[in-house]
Amino acid sequence: MNVDFLIAVIITVVGASTPILFAALGELVTEKAGVLNLGVEGMMLVGAIAAFATVDITGNPWLAVVVAAAAGSAVSMIFAVLTLSLSANQVATGLALTIFGTGLSTLVGKGFTGRIIKTFDTVFPQALAANPVGRVLFSYSPLVYFSFIMVALVAWFLNRTRAGLILRAVGENDLSAHSIGYSVIGVRYAAIAFGGAMAGIGGATFPLVLTPLWAEGLTGGRGWIAIALVVFAGWRPVWLLGGAYFFGLLSTFELYAKASGASWTSILPSEGWAALPYIATIVVLAVISASKRGGGGAPACLGRSFVPSA
Amino acid sequence: MRFKLEKRAEPSRFMLYATPIGSVLVTMIVGAIIFSVIGYDGIGAVYQTFIAPIATAYKWQDIAIKASPLILIGVGLAVGNRAAIWNIGAEGQYVVGALAGTGIGLLTQNATGLWILPSMLVAGLIGGAVWGAIPALLRTRFNVNETLSSLMMTYVAIHLMNYLVTGAWKDPSGFSFPETPLVTADQTLPSWDLFQIVHQAFGWPISGHFRVHLGILLTLVIVVVMAVLMARSVFGFQVRVVGSAPNAARHGGFSQKQTIWLVFLLSGGLAGLAGIFEVTGPFGQMSLGFPQNYGFTAIIVAFLGRLNPIGVVIAGIVLAITYVGGDMAQSVLLLPNASKGIFQAMMLFFLLASDILIRYRVRLVSATPAPAAQPARSPA
Repeated sequence: MNVDFLIAVIITVVGASTPILFAALGELVTEKAGVLNLGVEGMMLVGAIAAFATVDITGNPWLAVVVAAAAGSAVSMIFAVLTLSLSANQVATGLALTIFGTGLSTLVGKGFTGRIIKTFDTVFPQALAANPVGRVLFSYSPLVYFSFIMVALVAWFLNRTRAGLILRAVGENDLSAHSIGYSVIGVRYAAIAFGGAMAGIGGATFPLVLTPLWAEGLTGGRGWIAIALVVFAGWRPVWLLGGAYFFGLLSTFELYAKASGASWTSILPSEGWAALPYIATIVVLAVISASKRGGGGAPACLGRSFVPSA
Repeated sequence: MRFKLEKRAEPSRFMLYATPIGSVLVTMIVGAIIFSVIGYDGIGAVYQTFIAPIATAYKWQDIAIKASPLILIGVGLAVGNRAAIWNIGAEGQYVVGALAGTGIGLLTQNATGLWILPSMLVAGLIGGAVWGAIPALLRTRFNVNETLSSLMMTYVAIHLMNYLVTGAWKDPSGFSFPETPLVTADQTLPSWDLFQIVHQAFGWPISGHFRVHLGILLTLVIVVVMAVLMARSVFGFQVRVVGSAPNAARHGGFSQKQTIWLVFLLSGGLAGLAGIFEVTGPFGQMSLGFPQNYGFTAIIVAFLGRLNPIGVVIAGIVLAITYVGGDMAQSVLLLPNASKGIFQAMMLFFLLASDILIRYRVRLVSATPAPAAQPARSPA
């Protein structure tokens, strides 16, 4: 294995991991506030098509990221109104959001099939990426660096700020938070909106970083893996980083199996490699859930409706 | 004027059954508005999607064909949702059931006999149940959230299907298309033309065809069995208690683990049966396009049917109408096929939104400013 190949692998893995990382980060904040939103896959798809359409029309990938975040947030508000204001079941509403997002992105995406968009240039000047170390460090899309910044920001927000403390309090004990005067519903609306925005950006990563083409359902279940990843990370933002890169690595195996032929497919057919991330998700969840005796670290009020009373 | 919610002393049975109908009607109205706004013929879209399939007698058999798997899967999922156990991997169980039955079909390509079809159906049932057993095992043994694991298994199932259909199970005489050989005569579900039967029996002047296959009839039989099971058996009671009062269920001696197993084996098995009905009926083979999202749409069917077997039949027919109508809207109005998914999701959104009406009463309160005499009362 030579250096060039290794670098190519690292760059591919970073690309594949970034959407999962964004989406998982948003879901983590949502869950910390006590809300389980299973609509991540749908919000990602909406973000993806919003980003694709924006670049196709305006040619501006920066604007596309903003629009994707806004679109993800906007559809997450359907979930928020239903589960918070109308106290509908969170599991069922999240599923409905995924079905809705899938349909909406397919409908809007019909007009963009077959088109190719031009996306970000790399952030750093080409000169910096001249040697191998430079290439590994400096040759990515701005979204990749943004994902690292967001991990740090979310970790800081949750653990070091007053607002983060309130958000965690709402997720751990909604009744107490309510009784000392915090707006449980308000905090949860904000957390869901943030989760939607991050899922939207995660979805936008597909057209903006990975493949500049539109394909139906292009997220391929990454939204669900992101939800599993939050459990995997034990609701700790920095741990998401490791988890996302592990699953990013697994999901690139299919590409290598297809490209390099017999040396990979003699071990496992390419469909087997493609199924690997999903199987690994289950195995990892099993190991984690069994060892912690009931999902240790989960916010105590996760998934429960809160009905404020006088 | 503003709205105020008042808690009802008891959940409203009227609202329980009125809200699903209301959700469908509101979806039609809002859908017409939305599709008009984004530049389509909104009223035409709603007419084609919801009304035209019923108004066109020769489409009835298509509705029945689509409704059958939705009802069969939905009736199984309804049981799980009652117990607050979330199997969202029915699509995978449907695919694996179809694969298991197809496996028997490939082994019996050159055989004849009445035993072949039943053994394929049983294999389908078992295949789906085995695939459903995996999330059940993971939940009961390792405490893995069944929502995530059942969905992950769906992706695994589809990759398994792709592997077999493009590889070992590909039809050797199929011009290298990724599809399995067509089922033989002894592997095909018998079917009957209801219109012709009525025509011959009563002499009514009905033209056209309304062909139903054995799978559709068996689905209806299973619905009746499930309705009796849920209403009259200990199992039905156990499922309801575990779902609505887990602590009471524990004290009453109902094991949650046992309930999880039963729910997954049952809903997985029925999804698998639905899969093999499709292979031995409408599809006649498996191909890359075999998964039709029935497993996901059936989640909507279960909710819209209020988790009640008879309700599931009605909801299954409504959703099947949107499947058939979606195709009609595509050909008549050039409306993208994905729009039916939007209509389907909207029905579920409106239903979930209206759930609150079952437990709360909406009162219109006059918003004339309160007299200055009592300003201190805050609403919260």
